[in-house]
Amino acid sequence: MDTHVAASFDVTRIRQDFPILSTQVRGKPLVFLDSGASAQKPRQVIAAMTRAMETAYANVHRGAYHLSEVATEAHEAARGAVQRFLNAAEPEEIIFTGNATGAFNLVAHSFGRGMLKPGQCVLVSEMEHHANLVPWQMLRDAGLGIGLRFVRVTDSGELDLDDLSAKLADGTVGLVSITHMSNVLGSVTPAATIIRMAHEAGARVMLDGSQAAVHRAVDVQALDVDFYAFTGHKLYGPTGIGVLYGKRALLDAMPPFFGGGDMIETVTLERSTFAAAPARFEAGTPAIIEAVGLHAAIDYVNAIGMGAIEAHERGLVDHAMRVLTEVEGLSLLGAAQDRGGVFAFALDGVHPHDLSTYLDRSGICVRAGRHCAEPLHARFGLEGGSTRASFGLYTTREEIDFLAQKLTDARRFFA
Amino acid sequence: MSAGAAGFEELQDLYSKVLRDLARTPIHRGRLENPTAAARGDNPMCGDRVDLSLNLAGQVITEAMFQGRGCEISQASAALLTELVRGKSPAEARAMGQAVARMARGEALDATSPELDRLAILSVVKKFPSRVKCATLAWRALDAALAGVKETSSE
Repeated sequence: MDTHVAASFDVTRIRQDFPILSTQVRGKPLVFLDSGASAQKPRQVIAAMTRAMETAYANVHRGAYHLSEVATEAHEAARGAVQRFLNAAEPEEIIFTGNATGAFNLVAHSFGRGMLKPGQCVLVSEMEHHANLVPWQMLRDAGLGIGLRFVRVTDSGELDLDDLSAKLADGTVGLVSITHMSNVLGSVTPAATIIRMAHEAGARVMLDGSQAAVHRAVDVQALDVDFYAFTGHKLYGPTGIGVLYGKRALLDAMPPFFGGGDMIETVTLERSTFAAAPARFEAGTPAIIEAVGLHAAIDYVNAIGMGAIEAHERGLVDHAMRVLTEVEGLSLLGAAQDRGGVFAFALDGVHPHDLSTYLDRSGICVRAGRHCAEPLHARFGLEGGSTRASFGLYTTREEIDFLAQKLTDARRFFA
Repeated sequence: MSAGAAGFEELQDLYSKVLRDLARTPIHRGRLENPTAAARGDNPMCGDRVDLSLNLAGQVITEAMFQGRGCEISQASAALLTELVRGKSPAEARAMGQAVARMARGEALDATSPELDRLAILSVVKKFPSRVKCATLAWRALDAALAGVKETSSE
């Protein structure tokens, strides 16, 4: 099926699904190269959310009337769509959170406080997004005797597997939490290898799929990963909804994080008992409309085919490697063998913010700064940040060529 | 095309020769030995930094120097600050910072003085909302230094 769709992958047609791509910025066609921060939305997602609000909105799980039943069904159908998207064994393994950050905080609190023991530590890498760093720092600093250690990143921007092996060796690591694809270096980490090594050392594994899940198919059962997180808004869905996958047995053993309505079994004034997963971790009214939007986004990328999207993006990455390395004075961060459509770089003599302002005048949106990965920039000696161009399924080679041309112009302007 | 061309003119207004010369000039760069007041301003989002050190004699700022890293706007603004606050009282220096902040927000200034003319090169940031923090970072560091606070942030 993927092969068939891949053959018909038509970026011009796909772009027509994204209303914003036909708008102009300062009189110039929009060239949106910041999908790594948040992706644009296809009209299918926008329409599904509008339709849900116009025709099928009510609170879920609590109304004994038709409309609430319809909304509940839509909400749970979204869970099913996520389950199939990740190939989770059952829908109960899918927990809706506010975003990927919410998923990490949930695991840090519930699994971290509830199941890690004093003397154990969490192992993250130097290339983590702050969402997969700060919650673990807070856990470390909570006075529970839980440590935090860091796996090194090589000069080429890849996870140092020798260092991972060395740090797993003493058997104190309770959880390895690592990105599946760096939001700065574009490096795709060898997830299966990491998981095998960690499991052999008795550690659980959480993967940050915020970038990876957008660019390639993910199979949590094949990976045998314990927790997997991603966010809706980078997958062409709405903001305000993220996903935590967790193995059922783990979720059942974990204490709740937020307390409140919908996550309980019985409540007296004195005490409560808690519902099973996923309800246990979804206190309060959930992001109902956003779940519908995420469902539509998953249907959208599935209709194109994750294989086709990956193939298109591989073509873009190869093209970007060629044209960006030809830009005089440009140095790319990282040179991982397996990389996705994320390119952070330094342009000699031009500060990232000045560069971003310059490119903006040509309608080009890039990210300037440290991309919520401050330690990684320190690791590469770029305390002042970098400029990042990141691609989506609607990105074209012409846009990458235009970026390269404007980078050359910018260097001349600021010379 | 005309809208695009106007965009480019604004860019040239923003990165005026005066601003770019200021950003690149080494004058007033460095750190005073034993300053009477000093503070660091950080923009945590982009990593820009201005380390400001001042000497005061009574109610007059006699010396001002800065070191830092960052975009041309943040560094030019810091250079301009160190040039203009010399010989001023803390209150006068703070007032200049407030003028920069008002200009950056696009507010009109009624008073005219040689300092305000000079500061006006920063006023173009009002057309670039995402760059206002760059222009005001050094002035926040000035406020912090004069208040005896060692660190401040643009956030």
